[in-house]
Amino acid sequence: MNVFVAADNIISPLGFTSIENFENLKHLQTGVRFFETSDFSVEPVHAAVIDNEKIETEFKKLNTSNGYTKLEKMAILSIHKALEQNTTIDIKSEKTLIIFSSTKGNIDLLQPELKNKYDKKRLFLWETAKVICSHFQNPNTPLVVSNACISGVIALMLGKRLLEENSKYENIIVVGADIITHFVVSGFQSFKAVSTEIAKPYDAERIGISLGEAAGTIVLTNNVSAISTTSSILVKGGASSNDANHISGPSRSGDGLLLAIEKALEESNLKAEDIHFISGHGTATLFNDEMEALAINDAHLQNVPMNSLKSYFGHTLGAAGIIESVITLESMRKNTLIATFNFKTLGTSKPVNIISKTQEANLQNCLKTAAGFGGCNAAIVFSKQ
Amino acid sequence: MSTKNYISAICSIKNGKVFVNNTLDYTFTESNEPIDFFKSVYKHYQLNYPKFYKMDSLSKLAFIASEILLKTQAISKEHTPENIAIIIANSASSLEIDTEHQQTINDKANYFPSPANFVYTLPNILIGEIAIRNKIKGENTFFIFDKFDTLFMSSYINSLLNSKKASICVAGWVDFYENHYEANLYLVENSEKGLKSKHTAEELNKRITNN
Repeated sequence: MNVFVAADNIISPLGFTSIENFENLKHLQTGVRFFETSDFSVEPVHAAVIDNEKIETEFKKLNTSNGYTKLEKMAILSIHKALEQNTTIDIKSEKTLIIFSSTKGNIDLLQPELKNKYDKKRLFLWETAKVICSHFQNPNTPLVVSNACISGVIALMLGKRLLEENSKYENIIVVGADIITHFVVSGFQSFKAVSTEIAKPYDAERIGISLGEAAGTIVLTNNVSAISTTSSILVKGGASSNDANHISGPSRSGDGLLLAIEKALEESNLKAEDIHFISGHGTATLFNDEMEALAINDAHLQNVPMNSLKSYFGHTLGAAGIIESVITLESMRKNTLIATFNFKTLGTSKPVNIISKTQEANLQNCLKTAAGFGGCNAAIVFSKQ
Repeated sequence: MSTKNYISAICSIKNGKVFVNNTLDYTFTESNEPIDFFKSVYKHYQLNYPKFYKMDSLSKLAFIASEILLKTQAISKEHTPENIAIIIANSASSLEIDTEHQQTINDKANYFPSPANFVYTLPNILIGEIAIRNKIKGENTFFIFDKFDTLFMSSYINSLLNSKKASICVAGWVDFYENHYEANLYLVENSEKGLKSKHTAEELNKRITNN
């Protein structure tokens, strides 16, 4: 059974709709800003942070109760805005399942000043997902994936698998969200992984990541009547893998990511030469980008145009795989390759074809990859019908 | 629901006890501290993997359960690393070590976040630990449930095996929060081995609660 994309959304510093985000990327606008002081870092830092007032303003328009956390509001807004695109999706139906992807959820509730504002249960990801679900009166228990930085790609892959084999569901709403917190920023700073400039993915002068916050939604369906046949995109295949090498550093050879890419292509019945674009992980750490370049070469994809969006959105953890997939979908619809912001000179030992200028190209089949702590890797393929 | 897949072994660790294939295998009574218990299991089963001592409590629990489980069968002899999947779930994610990390950053005068702690603030790190120890490279996913969803887990893992995305799966539940802990790890494969117990939600419910 084919699995189609029915609707999507991104809530980020670059906009609250997929199109707004895509237009900003097309014009090389980044959401990453410099913060001399902030409540999420003890030192000056670059990060992609959403204006809280904008979230409040947009949320008020929903005319709903106000007992939600920041992360829940972002996720709820994202689902609402995705559903506005496709009114045939019935979120209250038993045939609609929600999959929630997040690494840290409401982790800000551990902060002393927020600790007593909400029930402690809200720290649990299953509770966060239930809160989001009940807002929409969805009757099913949501599924929660928390698998580091590949969570979003895994959640999409899972949605695809459940829809193709299981007639129980007609629609799966995959929503991902993570927020900027002192918790996450201090942790990456302790790793000395945070860049002192806006991240420079795949660049010779890259020195680390920029962190970001976002929510993203992709609605998947196996119901052909829910999609417009003229511009439909399918989820063709996906896979995850493990390096079995190190918990906090990527494989030196890229063999784990290569395995995920090979399995995803195999399931999609596609060869390397069929792929027209790769949305890479590109965190802009020395080791991650090098590892990706090796895997891409071993997969014979080194000539395929590739980008990283981490210099626009920052690394948004559990949302990253979803928002980067949304941009991939939009690139396919508009036949436009988005340049990697802040990329000047290739800085990997093997060549990869990093897009340095936004340009038109006919995009039929695209690959999205991700890698994360715990040695995990994932890849997913989108194709136009 | 009918299935051609089987649970070939299960290891459960809770309340100071280790069960192998639902038979009590080891009991610890000297202390109520979970960490003392985990360390004593490590010694009792002669696990000999010094990295164990660097792990957070959640990964320690996952590690000992996986070691005892995988002693029952040499899975690497019959399955290639790419075809071994690890699908594990829990309720509290990594909240135990998360709380510890938060305490190191609350006070700016006493600020000492550590990368050694921070890396464990993701639940799937325990999958990484099991993968590294056993050279497992296949599908891996960490789910978060209020309670272990045996119906979802069994049907998802059956479909991974049936669609040949994996030939064997290390599966189960590993949870640790505020001194409450429980691990139930089991092997699912498509041939009748070991326990030869049908891989269904009903069978899992029985095996997980009957210890």
